[in-house]
Amino acid sequence: MARKPAPKSSSKTTAPTTRKPVGKLPERDAKTVGKLVGLADMVSKRSMGGKEPVIQIPLRTRTNTNWNKKKGILEMGDAKADRPLFDLKTAKQFMQTMLHASTIKDLIEQGKTSSLRGVFYKAKHTVAGTKENTFDTQDESDPILEDLEVSLGALREELHIFASTRGNLVGNITIIDKGDEINARRMGSGGWGIPSIVEPSTLQFGKCDAKFVLHVEKDTVWQRFNEDRFWEEHNCILTHGGGQPPRGCRRLLQRLNQELKLPIICVLDCDPWGHYIYSVIKQGSISLAFESSRLAIPDAKFLGIRSKDYEACDLGDAIKIDLTDNDIKRAKEIAAYPWFAENRHWRKEIELLLKNGFKMEVEAMINKGISYVTEEYVPQRLKAKDWLE
Amino acid sequence: MSTAHLSGAAVASEITRKPMSKSKTGPRATAESMASKQRDISVSEFFAKNRHLLGFDNPRKALLTTVKEAVDNSLDACEEAGILPDVTVIIEDLQPDRPASAKATRYRVTVADNGPGIVRKQVENVFGRLLFGSKFHRLKMSRGQQGIGISAAGMYGLITTGKPMVIHTKPKASQQAHHIELAMNTKTNRAEVTVDNETDDFPPRRFKTLTSGTRELADSEQFLSDRDYPTGTSVSIELEARYQKGRGSVDEFLELTAIANPHARITFVPPSKESAPEEDDTPLLRKGRGGVQAGTDAASNSDASPESPEAAEAAPVVTLETGGVTVYPRAVTELPPETKEIQPHPRGIELGILLQMLKEAQAERETYSLHNFLQDKFSRVSASTASGCCRAIGATARTKISDIDHAQAEKLFKVLQDVKLPPPPTDCLAPIGVRQLLAGMLKGVRAEFYAASSREPDVYRGRPFQVEAAIAFGGDLRADEPARVIRFANRVPLLYQQSACSSFKAVTETNWRNYDLQHPRGGVPIGAMVIMIHMASVWVPFTSESKEAVADYDEIRKEMKLALQECGRKLGTYLKKRAKMRREGERRDVFQKYIGEIAQACNAISGVDAEALYEALLEQAKKKTAVADLELDEDGKAIRDKSTDVSDEDGVIIVERATPPAERGNAGKDLEDLPPVGRMSRAEAAALKVHAMRGDDEPSLIDAKPTKRPEQKGRPAKPRADTKGDEPPRAALAPKPAASSPAPKPQTRQAAPEPIPRQKPKMTLRDGKLVPKDEDPGLF
Repeated sequence: MARKPAPKSSSKTTAPTTRKPVGKLPERDAKTVGKLVGLADMVSKRSMGGKEPVIQIPLRTRTNTNWNKKKGILEMGDAKADRPLFDLKTAKQFMQTMLHASTIKDLIEQGKTSSLRGVFYKAKHTVAGTKENTFDTQDESDPILEDLEVSLGALREELHIFASTRGNLVGNITIIDKGDEINARRMGSGGWGIPSIVEPSTLQFGKCDAKFVLHVEKDTVWQRFNEDRFWEEHNCILTHGGGQPPRGCRRLLQRLNQELKLPIICVLDCDPWGHYIYSVIKQGSISLAFESSRLAIPDAKFLGIRSKDYEACDLGDAIKIDLTDNDIKRAKEIAAYPWFAENRHWRKEIELLLKNGFKMEVEAMINKGISYVTEEYVPQRLKAKDWLE
Repeated sequence: MSTAHLSGAAVASEITRKPMSKSKTGPRATAESMASKQRDISVSEFFAKNRHLLGFDNPRKALLTTVKEAVDNSLDACEEAGILPDVTVIIEDLQPDRPASAKATRYRVTVADNGPGIVRKQVENVFGRLLFGSKFHRLKMSRGQQGIGISAAGMYGLITTGKPMVIHTKPKASQQAHHIELAMNTKTNRAEVTVDNETDDFPPRRFKTLTSGTRELADSEQFLSDRDYPTGTSVSIELEARYQKGRGSVDEFLELTAIANPHARITFVPPSKESAPEEDDTPLLRKGRGGVQAGTDAASNSDASPESPEAAEAAPVVTLETGGVTVYPRAVTELPPETKEIQPHPRGIELGILLQMLKEAQAERETYSLHNFLQDKFSRVSASTASGCCRAIGATARTKISDIDHAQAEKLFKVLQDVKLPPPPTDCLAPIGVRQLLAGMLKGVRAEFYAASSREPDVYRGRPFQVEAAIAFGGDLRADEPARVIRFANRVPLLYQQSACSSFKAVTETNWRNYDLQHPRGGVPIGAMVIMIHMASVWVPFTSESKEAVADYDEIRKEMKLALQECGRKLGTYLKKRAKMRREGERRDVFQKYIGEIAQACNAISGVDAEALYEALLEQAKKKTAVADLELDEDGKAIRDKSTDVSDEDGVIIVERATPPAERGNAGKDLEDLPPVGRMSRAEAAALKVHAMRGDDEPSLIDAKPTKRPEQKGRPAKPRADTKGDEPPRAALAPKPAASSPAPKPQTRQAAPEPIPRQKPKMTLRDGKLVPKDEDPGLF
């Protein structure tokens, strides 16, 4: 029973806690720090008072996610999970939550931001007196940060954490990012990397002549469109999110949609995964339901690929990929999402996908001609306004 | 007569068949020629030819059997005379220069005891005749039964080496000892005495200088001293044999004998080398672990003994080794209760035996009445029962035996089986006893849990018997191997033919899975366990004359199983409890581990006092795990109550060796890898009491003394003077070379509850409890 814990090292940490006056921090940061201190105070107060410290964390589960039909977005419910310290299942998570809280406070006070991985490493160490790590993998760390976001009601940016950059943008727009003016029309073949934090405080829009945003699933497709100067010809902004778009990309699309009133038109694969990406862009996701109001784009449009295209576009058998059992299962799940289930067109779309028994990728269109998708398929559909909503 | 007739008939049929085989030769033998060869067979001759029946199948077993028979006799003799046995076994290698590859060689086995000795005129009979003895014609519990053993050993020696048995026996302390050498004549089953004189060389002095070990022990009066052997007998037999350690060896036999006979002190001087290499057996018992340890042990022991015999007695009750000589010290100082001879119990007697008994009684006294016969010749038959039986077969109380016809006898037999009788008297049996069993196991097996149980006596074939079982679990025992079964009958270890033995069958038939142990079907349970079974009976039914296995009577096996189950239940309770404690301990560990981190994180965020927060959380963690403890106990209330009781009086010893390192001192080296144990419960506290005593058993606390030397060298013993008494031994120790163990931190001394180890051993073990010796002069 001879664990030698805090006493020695704590005296070390007690001394340097000459906390920077909160007043020095920007107002937004001060607010976040206040929330963190509130959390720590709760823990210490309860402990000293002989009560078990418990952190309450809003549940990020499907059961606690509500479909707001009026707004057309997913919203998080009120259910919360208790995370008591003295429970074998949650003891470690409790400790990790507190560690991350302390890490974040440090970040804010130093006016730095860190990646998810950076925070993981900052908080990772060996638990005093044992051989156990506070965190073993980043997979343990990331959900704890999300827990903090929801339980503190603070956005990730407010916690000074960013995700790795993913997704690119090119098009008829000028963007001001941290004061630097970025002309998205002169981005060469690589495009502008969409940063993880795109809040108005960091990023503002300059001159924009684009009439809509064309969002494609992956960078390979995006390359095709960029190479064919699609955005120039059709006067639009061209983005991709590298599969399921990260928060930065979604937030940027949402702002383009909300602030510049640009329609968001998606070109995604014709498979359950493509449908799911569209669903996330449009309604938000379960795990980030608390951020839906900032991320969801209820009027985003799904242009293709459509399950009817195999016949409509006279595509060859070569582009077919058989649906796996998993795909079928997933498609049925998606079909049951209320926003799809209530939409006649979407019901038909998924029914046809299942009936076809195969899926189609955007890249597969190359089978019909290298620039078929950019020169014929998308322009035709845009003209015909043939999309799903 | 009838034999001759039968063989004659056989020959006749041979002859009638002959013509058919068309053989040219005449009849091979005639009734007359065969009759000339037919004669009496002497018992000795028979066994000389069939020596495997007596346990002399091979040279290695011959050595064991010789030692075994001699030791059995010595212990029996001592106990009958009411002497605490002190037995010395010496095996001398008579051909030390033999090639290394030699499988067998010549040894001289000498067994000396401090028994009552043998009067001169009986020496030839005792040692020189087969089937001569005091034990065959009675129903009394003893090790020997038939009177074959020692004579057979002498006979084997004579056959293999031609050397006679040498006997020194001293029946009176004030008189000289007899020195007799005798060789057995197998033809006549009589001994031939070759040397017969008086000598004052008892105990034989030459052994004292045999090896460095014996010299060392003899110097401190611990080896064949005149004080310990005022009377006694020593017998030396030269024989072709093979000495080899491991299973079924003399070493094992003596180890086990020491376990089953904690009242005996046994000294063993093995030959200088083993016969031929053999893969080392798993060392079950902790004999000779670590040369340094054994050395200091013996040294401190010898320091103590010159002062008072009491000190020597109170010395660590653990096997010691000095220069190759193994000493199994006495663990208890009470003899087993004297057993009484009894008459057979009617229950389970056979018709033939009843008829025989009637016949004998009639021969004894022509006028013997049936009523008296029943009362006299059977145990537990009261006058009223006897009258009842007489009435039941249509006889009166005065009916004479001679008037009973066969039909009536048969009826009597049936009546006797059905009549309600109390079980046979128990004073004919001397079970080892729960306390002694535990002491024996504790002495010989280094485990963490010991349980023992003694069944009530029962009867098989009219003979009372009693079964005892003990289990040692955990500790240094190997966990991945089948449990070891050690078997005893009337305190004699049984080493061979395990699978033929009733006790082994009882072990395999007991459902050990009920007690949280692995148990392959039809096998021995797997686990760090030693299972001991003892059967005490006025007549142990062995499967053969070599007394290696107990015959498989249903009644016996049933009792054995019940005894094992009782021990098993105790073990199961302990294991469950231990598992629970471990879980709780782990749980607390988990919490404690994280509390420090949380306190620091909170401190970093809000500046709260990390130490205060840590203490507050620690307090809660303790409470939480304590609460969980209680809850678990309420679910199975019996668990806690029982285990507490168990360790207090139910024949259980738990040796928790998870003492803090400070208390453990430098003996902790082999205790490092112990499982974490949770907080201390009442049961644990009780166990720790035992541990306190056990600590004395171990060299650890004695080792602790030399560690004081650094301070002692600097300044005189003054600082310690307040810790009362016992200066001389320490002073004796001080000039010795420094111990190999490192000096403990100063606070170790304060932490140790009793700084004077020499005083503590005056405790004795009783029903699993520690009892100060002085308050407890005689336990039986």
